[in-house]
Amino acid sequence: MSASNKTAYAWSTLLRGIAGLVCALLLWEVFARSGLYSKALTPPLWTVAIRLKDMLADGAIFMHTGVTILRVIVGLIVSFAIAVPMGMLMGTSRTVERMFSPLLSVLMPIPSLAWVPLFVLWLGIGNSSTVLVVIYASVFTLTYNTWTGARAINQVWTKSAFVMGANSRQLLWNVMLPGTMPYVISGLRIAFGRAWIAVIGGELLASPDWGLGKIIFDAREFLETESMLAALVIIGLIGIAIEKLFLRRLEMATIDRWGMAQGASN
Amino acid sequence: MRRFLDIALGCIPFLLLFAAWQLLSVYGGFPKKLVPELGQIVSTFARLAMEGILWNAAVSTLYRLLLGFMLSAVIGVVIGILMGRHKAIEDALLPLISFVYPIPGIAYAPLFVLWFGLGDLPAILLIAFASTFAVIMNTWKGVKSVKPVWVKSAEIMGARNVDIFWRIVLPGALPFILSGLRLGLASAWRILVAVEMLMSVKVGLGWMIFGSQTFLNTDVMLATIALIGLIGVVLEKQVFEQIERRTVVRWGMVRG
Repeated sequence: MSASNKTAYAWSTLLRGIAGLVCALLLWEVFARSGLYSKALTPPLWTVAIRLKDMLADGAIFMHTGVTILRVIVGLIVSFAIAVPMGMLMGTSRTVERMFSPLLSVLMPIPSLAWVPLFVLWLGIGNSSTVLVVIYASVFTLTYNTWTGARAINQVWTKSAFVMGANSRQLLWNVMLPGTMPYVISGLRIAFGRAWIAVIGGELLASPDWGLGKIIFDAREFLETESMLAALVIIGLIGIAIEKLFLRRLEMATIDRWGMAQGASN
Repeated sequence: MRRFLDIALGCIPFLLLFAAWQLLSVYGGFPKKLVPELGQIVSTFARLAMEGILWNAAVSTLYRLLLGFMLSAVIGVVIGILMGRHKAIEDALLPLISFVYPIPGIAYAPLFVLWFGLGDLPAILLIAFASTFAVIMNTWKGVKSVKPVWVKSAEIMGARNVDIFWRIVLPGALPFILSGLRLGLASAWRILVAVEMLMSVKVGLGWMIFGSQTFLNTDVMLATIALIGLIGVVLEKQVFEQIERRTVVRWGMVRG
């Protein structure tokens, strides 16, 4: 009985979800066609869909998307290379912790996008500025999470490993790093969220030649609202795809499998 | 003594950073306009502070933050509670919200400019829009986390619906709501400066940075960023940790 009940339940959830989406789209369509606002500002769905199709057929959109994603990836890799060793050091050594935690708490709350005009002056418009914004946006959260993770490691684990004769290298690779991993990965998810905001904002403000932010910025110049909406749809889809397909998988492949989900928190 | 040592250690990276900056400025061979000396940044900060320009900008930025955030808090908490209490609303809204939530709020900035023009109105609306989703999601999770046993026992003991809501559902969901508000404020703060740059507001910290770019006033930019950092620390330490301490920690719902 419960099985059939469950499917009925899931069906009604699905139907209501679709109904919600359809309602929102209908509302937009009615508003767009009502003429309350100029059609150039609120294009009907059909125009947006056609523009989306054109953009995909044209192919330039893939280049823009690729460049944006590449910036995020490069920035995150650099952040990771800085943040994980730094966080581990802070989590294991009291001196390092006392030295760097004030710096961290001053730099972390400064919005990364506040730096964009400055980075543009220093490095010019283009990849270096946008990548640097991504690094700024992600490196502090990642450091903070790694640091918290290293501090939260169960003392019994390190002590038992020590008693069983592990040397400090084994201690690091077999106990400390795996133990910190849940925090690092949840930090990576938060860092990606921030990096994603930073890259789009950076592209809007620094207006490089390529990137999804650039499409939106150009669309404003030429009053092409449908391109803007199409780009927003693409940005949303990519964000969801990376979050669900990559970061969630990563979490499942590591934390869940090692049975450490309990320790993971943000 | 220990405390003194902590402070001394904490100062080291700052001193190193400042020293490196000063060396870069004096001997680096970069134009002074782009890498101004420390003394110049400090004196610019002092000058802007004395003339009141910095405070004006800070006040109008904080005003936008507050207004946008209050709007998102009210809308977010109401929608979140409705979603938590009614399955039909939850089912209808969840897919929509899960699609819009991951789109960075800043990406809508040019769209909001087209719709609402330049200035304060689109900036405040965008801040509200961008921060409302975190509030909705957390409020919703909070209401869902209220144990059905509590609600049922209250029902059996004859509580009215209004009482159940005010005395059980709301306090039970509060830790989540507060953390949602905190996340919402943080995300509003993170994009506000950039929103000001894109919306060309008349006064504001973001606009000050953006406007200085044209005239290569790097010292003004850095002085403004320093103030932004200061405000960020105060927001985090004074506003939210205090609210948490006075409410959920005092009521024993989370550990302090």
